Formats: sequence, C-alpha cells, structure tokens
Amino acid sequence: MQVRMRVNGTEYVHEVEPRLLLVYYLREVVGLTGTNVGCDTSSCGACTVLLDGESVKSCTMLALQADGAEITTIEGLASPDGTLHPVQEAFRQNHALQCGYCTPGMVMAAVSLIREHPDLDEATVREGLEGNLCRCTGYHNIVKAVLAAASAMSAGVPA
Amino acid sequence: MIPAAFDYQRASTLDEALSILADRGEDAKLLAGGHSLLPLMRLRLATPAVLVDIGGLRDLSYVQDRGDEVAIGALTRHRDLQISELLLNQVPVLAHVAGQVGDPQVRHRGTIGGSLAHGDPASDLPAAILALDGTLCARGTSGERTIPATEFFTGFLETALRPDEVLTEIRVPKSPGKFSFKKFNRRAQDWAIVGVVALSDSPARVALVNMASTPVRASATEAALAAGAAANEAAQRASEGLEPPSDTNATTEFRRHLATVLVRRALEEVGL
Repeated sequence: MQVRMRVNGTEYVHEVEPRLLLVYYLREVVGLTGTNVGCDTSSCGACTVLLDGESVKSCTMLALQADGAEITTIEGLASPDGTLHPVQEAFRQNHALQCGYCTPGMVMAAVSLIREHPDLDEATVREGLEGNLCRCTGYHNIVKAVLAAASAMSAGVPA
Repeated sequence: MIPAAFDYQRASTLDEALSILADRGEDAKLLAGGHSLLPLMRLRLATPAVLVDIGGLRDLSYVQDRGDEVAIGALTRHRDLQISELLLNQVPVLAHVAGQVGDPQVRHRGTIGGSLAHGDPASDLPAAILALDGTLCARGTSGERTIPATEFFTGFLETALRPDEVLTEIRVPKSPGKFSFKKFNRRAQDWAIVGVVALSDSPARVALVNMASTPVRASATEAALAAGAAANEAAQRASEGLEPPSDTNATTEFRRHLATVLVRRALEEVGL
C-alpha cells in the first residue's frame, strides 16, 4: 500500500507492506537511523518520534497509520546550519547521556513534554519521562537537562 | 518483532467501517490508536486477517455536555480526556485515570474506545467506567444499541461487542464528587498489579483493576458501605467473591491483600 508522510520537512511516498512498523519505515526505508529500536515492546521509548508535534513510540504504530502526518525525528531537530535544538544543547551541556542509546528518544519525549508544560518542574519532568528508560540510569542529568532546556526556551532561545 | 501479515483497510467513514465488518466479520479487528492491539500482534498473540483502521474518524473524538451526562467519542485519546475542561469539572475521576494510563507517548495515541473494547482487566479506564456506571453505545449494521458498563465486560479480553459492531460513544453521569484512584505497580509505566477506583457519590462505588478475569466492582465492599460499615471494615471485603489471577507480579493471595489495603486507602481518601 502507498504511504505518504513528511519526515523532517521532506515529503516521502513509498509502497509498503501493511505490517511495516513506523520505526522500521523511518530507519530502513527513509534511511534515518537516529531513531533507535530498544525494547521492541512499547516500553523503553528509544524509538520516540514526534507525530504532528506529539511524542509517540514509533515501534507501536504502523507506517500506514502515519499516512498524511508530519513526523519529526532526532535528525530533524537541529537547524540546517548545525545549531543544536535547545534540548539537544542542554543534554550536551548537562552531560545527560552516557551510552547514548536512549538519547534520541529522551530528547524527542522532552521536546513534546516542554511543549505541553510551559511551566515544567522537576516532578513533572520525572513523571513526563516515565515512558523512556535509560539503562545507564543517568536520570539525574537528563532531568537537569530538560529543566535547563525548558528555561532556555521560555527565555526565548528559538526552538 | 513483526506482526503476521494482514489485509489493511482504512475506513474513512463509520459506515465504511461497518460495511467492511459486515463483510469480513470474525476475521477482522478494528484498529484505533493501536496501543493494545499492535503489541499483541507483534507477539503474535493476535493474528487478525484484516485490520480495519478507524483511527482517522475524527468525528468520533469529542467530549460533550449532555445535561446530566458527559458523552465521549470512542476515538477520544487518553491525552484529550486528561486535559478536557469538561471532564476536569464534571467527571474529574475520568480525567485523572486517563492521565495515569501508560506513559505520555501511549496517551498521545491510545483511545478510550480501544481500551474498553480490548477488555483487559489490568487496564485502568475500564474500571473507571465501571465505577461510574457508564453506558457504552455500539453501532452495527442493524442499528445502534446501548450496553451498561456492568454488562459489557464478559471475560478475559472479551466484551459484549459483536463482530459487526463498532463502539462509538461512552456516556458517564456527571460525578463531580470526591474520587480516589490507587494503582499499585513496581515500575513507573506498568499496568496495575492491583488498582482501585473509588467514588464518594451516593451510593459509594468501588471498582477493581486486575482482580479477576474482567474489570469488576467490589460488590461486597459496596454493600458493606451501604449498610453503614466504616472504611476499614468495608475494605476487608474487597476481594470477596473474586478469584484474582496469580502471575509473575503477584500471587492470588498477595492480590487479595493489596486490594484490602488499597481499597481502605481509597475509601479514606474520599472521606468514607
């Protein structure tokens, strides 16, 4: 079946098998491998992308369910000139990654969380990231980074 | 893990979905947000021959004031329930419970109709709708019917819905009184090992998550409360008449214990 979606601003049209999951579509058909497959059971959040601006687990959606949607992956966050998104920059500044495997999903979940909660506090960040697991257990710095990004963004650093 | 192959049909109207179901009936499954069905398909615990995608029927996504009741379109997502002003004011328990389902990513995709039609006793929303004495509206090729929540859940992952029917709307009485939702689990985003929804509205109602093969009301506790029992005494009867499951997370006996403790806490929280 034909599927059409915009990924990071570029329109893609492909013939896909109905059972193709969105994460494999992004990685293997579009070729954007920044989105990771972690647990493969809707738990870990490593595959989180934005669908029309909201965080979703791309391992738990068919590519066909994203037909007509606007998808943003980790590759689509930084500016074309390479300037990092405030959430990416805050992860870098706060050493919010160790092995880095969960990072793309954490960053995408954080972008969605900050959009939904302009007045983030620490408890909201911790609860809001419950769908993302970091097996290095680097949660403290991740929470610090998300709070730092939220305050940078509310102070007007362009997103 | 890749689901077994299936035919994919996208319905652009409810009538189109009904006609596909009429045609393919038993072989077909409806796909809404997919957050109950797709995980099962990936484990190949479900292998439907046909998936009918109704996720695009946006006219089935709403929360409306209907006088004494609030009507909710079956395709309303958990996130939209969580932030609905109408629910927060008139049925706050439902907004709260919706906000405890899974995690934010799940709540962005999962729908109330999908959660109810899936009929998982470990899910949160079915217990809330049971406690609220809600009504479910189903449309089939032969017309529409309403099913009381108390008659909707018929077995493990089984409901009163017929193969040719689509769950279209859920109606709940306005219940602005006190409520409590207790969910016991070991990991942040997990299903409840045991959950409790308690409402203080008269008569007081208590529903249990994961304490039987279906979502259930704690009838013995409710009867005790109606007869004037105190919270602690009523809570002792939480699992009376129930056969809670035994699994990796908890034995039957531990679930009975959890239900007693959580029901007592929930009743105390709503001031009973």
